[in-house]
Amino acid sequence: MTAPHPETSVLVIGAQVLGGEPRDVLVLDGTITEVAAAGSLTGPDGVRTVDAKGLVLLPGLVDLHTHLREPGREDTETVLTGTRAAALGGFTAVHAMANTTPVADTAGVVEQVWRLGRDAGWVDVHPVGAVSVGLAGEQLAELGAMASSAAQVRVFSDDGKCVHDPVLMRRALEYVKAFDGVVAQHAQEPRLTEGAQMHEGVVSAEIGLRGWPAVAEEAIIARDILLAEHVGSRLHVCHLSTAGSVELVRWAKARGLRVTAEVTPHHLMLTDERARGYDPLFKVNPPLRTEADVEAVRAGLEDGTIDIVATDHAPHAREDKDCEWDAAAFGMTGLETALSVVQATMVDTGRMTWADVARVMSTNPARIGRIDEGDLPQGRPIAVGEPGNLVLVDPTARSVVDPRQQGTTSDNSPFRGAELPGRVVATFLRGRATVLDGHAVAPAGSPAPQEVTR
Amino acid sequence: MSSGMPMPGGGTTVLGAPEIARALTRIAHEILERNKGGDDLVLLGIPTRGLPLARRLAERLADVEPTLDVDSLVGELDITMYRDDLHRHPTRTIGSTTLPSGGIDDKIVVLVDDVLFSGRTIRAALDAIKDLGRPRAVQLAALVDRGHRELPIRPDYVGKNLPTSTSERVQVRLAEVDGDDAVTISQPGAAEVAR
Amino acid sequence: MKHLLSTADLDRAGAVHVLDTAAEMAATQAREIKKLPTLRGRTVVNLFFEDSTRTRISFETAAKRLSADVINFSAKGSSVSKGESLKDTALTLQAMGADGIVVRHHASGAPHLLATAGWVDASVVNAGDGTHQHPTQALLDAFTIRRHLAGRGAAGAGASLDARSGVGLDLTGLHVAVVGDVLHSRVARSNVQLLTTLGARVTLVAPPTLVPVGVEAWPCAVSYDLDATLADSPDAVMMLRVQRERMSAAGGGFFPSPLEYSRLFGLDARRLATLADHAIVMHPGPMNRGLEISAEAADSVRSVIVEQVANGVAVRMAVLYLTLATKES
Repeated sequence: MTAPHPETSVLVIGAQVLGGEPRDVLVLDGTITEVAAAGSLTGPDGVRTVDAKGLVLLPGLVDLHTHLREPGREDTETVLTGTRAAALGGFTAVHAMANTTPVADTAGVVEQVWRLGRDAGWVDVHPVGAVSVGLAGEQLAELGAMASSAAQVRVFSDDGKCVHDPVLMRRALEYVKAFDGVVAQHAQEPRLTEGAQMHEGVVSAEIGLRGWPAVAEEAIIARDILLAEHVGSRLHVCHLSTAGSVELVRWAKARGLRVTAEVTPHHLMLTDERARGYDPLFKVNPPLRTEADVEAVRAGLEDGTIDIVATDHAPHAREDKDCEWDAAAFGMTGLETALSVVQATMVDTGRMTWADVARVMSTNPARIGRIDEGDLPQGRPIAVGEPGNLVLVDPTARSVVDPRQQGTTSDNSPFRGAELPGRVVATFLRGRATVLDGHAVAPAGSPAPQEVTR
Repeated sequence: MSSGMPMPGGGTTVLGAPEIARALTRIAHEILERNKGGDDLVLLGIPTRGLPLARRLAERLADVEPTLDVDSLVGELDITMYRDDLHRHPTRTIGSTTLPSGGIDDKIVVLVDDVLFSGRTIRAALDAIKDLGRPRAVQLAALVDRGHRELPIRPDYVGKNLPTSTSERVQVRLAEVDGDDAVTISQPGAAEVAR
Repeated sequence: MKHLLSTADLDRAGAVHVLDTAAEMAATQAREIKKLPTLRGRTVVNLFFEDSTRTRISFETAAKRLSADVINFSAKGSSVSKGESLKDTALTLQAMGADGIVVRHHASGAPHLLATAGWVDASVVNAGDGTHQHPTQALLDAFTIRRHLAGRGAAGAGASLDARSGVGLDLTGLHVAVVGDVLHSRVARSNVQLLTTLGARVTLVAPPTLVPVGVEAWPCAVSYDLDATLADSPDAVMMLRVQRERMSAAGGGFFPSPLEYSRLFGLDARRLATLADHAIVMHPGPMNRGLEISAEAADSVRSVIVEQVANGVAVRMAVLYLTLATKES
């Protein structure tokens, strides 16, 4: 019997698997080979052993909605820095959105991003393909070519912009059925949100910022649900933010439609009251909403109406946030704070268990993105024969968020200065440690991560 | 009451109500004597306590020369906007400046203040007067002169000369403002703001 | 107070203090020599990113009357039009030693940013930011109302008043109607807050398209019916400017035509005649004669519109004094 490869093998001792009973988990050559009672396993020679007493073991997290900014805005993030940040956040796979420069609307660009991710080696990168050429909302991009490419794209989105033309949306919904793809819609009726800056409500009226009404999100979601029903396709709703949107998705699911939805960590925690100081760290699209909306999305995540948490990690350059609100860019970083925010809002409040967290942050996103099968599946259960994509979390740790200490290049975290629970201790990508003791570990045989000088 | 009586709060009374009254009566006579009568006189009190002192002087002038009318004699001159030390202190409230109906052009203006110290208040008052009109002459009456002048300014009429050290605090109380009449000196602690 | 960014920052006592200070300043403006040495040596920068001759001149006059040095910076043709950020502009002013910055900006919150970002040590006075606030306008409006209507000085428009009418008083018991484009008006927002803080009752009147969602949280009444509001005998009627551009905005505009707007919401001669004897007519300017306000109303003896402009100088002198006379850290 050949010795197991030390790089892709690990013995995790005494971890609470999905927050349950402590177990030992042995990964050899990237595959889980044993799951047994705590303290019962010993690792073969040369295999790293990790003492996981008191730690929670989850399947590697999968982010269905991330902006890696490369190609085009490498000053704010690259595939390398973004995926390293993802690993630090406990992720083993991310879907990279298409609103890059150039736009990821061809096989060429998606393959470039896919390759950059593979070479960086921190997580599996699955590029999202644009729905329309140049995100212009006029003409379908070559969805089939992107699906057939090395990147094997299955998720298509014009995120950043809404596919607002109902005919184009219908065509896209129909077209992707051929390869079991899904259209992920950024729901924002453009005419109702021209020049919009923040949620339209009491706060916007008082502080004089143009409002982004909830109806602009809900009207598009309602239309898209009916279109998906009509043509018999899947539909995924990105970053759902209002109580009304939750109601619509609940109704769609009750009718048996294949509609899925995501919520961001920031929409689980923050409200539009944060805009009062005019700090553009809190400027995001869709905007932060009211207390009632936050409660509605929490309830929606809890009861399964909302299938997943997705970060919508959106790094921005300093000058795009260090200015007056109107001039600032929309977006917040989130890969490294996502799990902590979910723990704070849903687990520590008793609304969800760690098993539920695994479902909404690993199993479901992988299934929606169709990466739960094939050569390098993600979001699989922690069971013998499955790939060793794992994350160890210390739920008792507490720390203050300091964006300058984060792996992401950009500093626009709305949680700056906040104390959040939980800490990712270790992340394993098919048995290979990408994060140990909370620090990124350079993958062997791949370019050393460049240290970012600050 | 005799002077030298210790006051609550640690001060010593150097002038009581009767002394103050006598001093004002004397000053009123001096003003009339020096200016050969009360014609064309205007008494401008510097807030806060200069104003009631100016009124009391005007009443005494009118007692001696009944043709004089108290209201036509007295005015109020707020010097806040002319101070040279605004930036060193918390923002001061601006008071009113009200001239008697005859104005101050070609009049003899007697500035009235409670304590004369560095002289800066009076210098600001001279600047204020310059923007309000052109009096024939400007004179100065102070109830107390405590010395330590920082500018070449001297009073024409003084109630009492009080040698002090700069760290001592001189406080004037007047019935119209404080409920009773007294001039007290208290010991070093907070140095009085040189006015 | 170091900055004046919003009327929401003033409580009743603070607001009355500003008005009383303005009254003293107004008294000095009645003299032959209107200049005071109070802010000598101070440098005030008028940082105007939006065109506004009237407000800028008002601040410039106020600063000069207090002997401050004034530097005018307008965005057109400056480094800003070449893409310089607010931050870099602010750092330049800091390097030049500005003690006070009077800023008008198209983005709501820009003065707040200048005051809190740590780029400048100067005091910041908001001369109008986006659709958010225009505090000195509300202060001069309140000052004007107080002069004419507060306490025993309720002599009404046209009576001869001195600068100190109403000193020490607030606006308790008065009813003010504010009519026009509330949605886009920073003057409306500032006035609703300030007038209410001073004890007045405010009614906003506008077509529903020009009333913001969320107005229900404001401390005022809202009406779509100008005639009904005027029948309630307001003591002051403030007409807001309506921009003609609002008629061609997305979706066909906020109201169908200027004629329909005037018919329903304009202060015409007929409505003017229904006002109580003591009522005053106000407008922040510039006026669209014939649209929101008729010539008869603008020129009537009830109109205090011209006086508002004069009061603006005194109020701005007061604000500059209160923010700049002291070097607070």
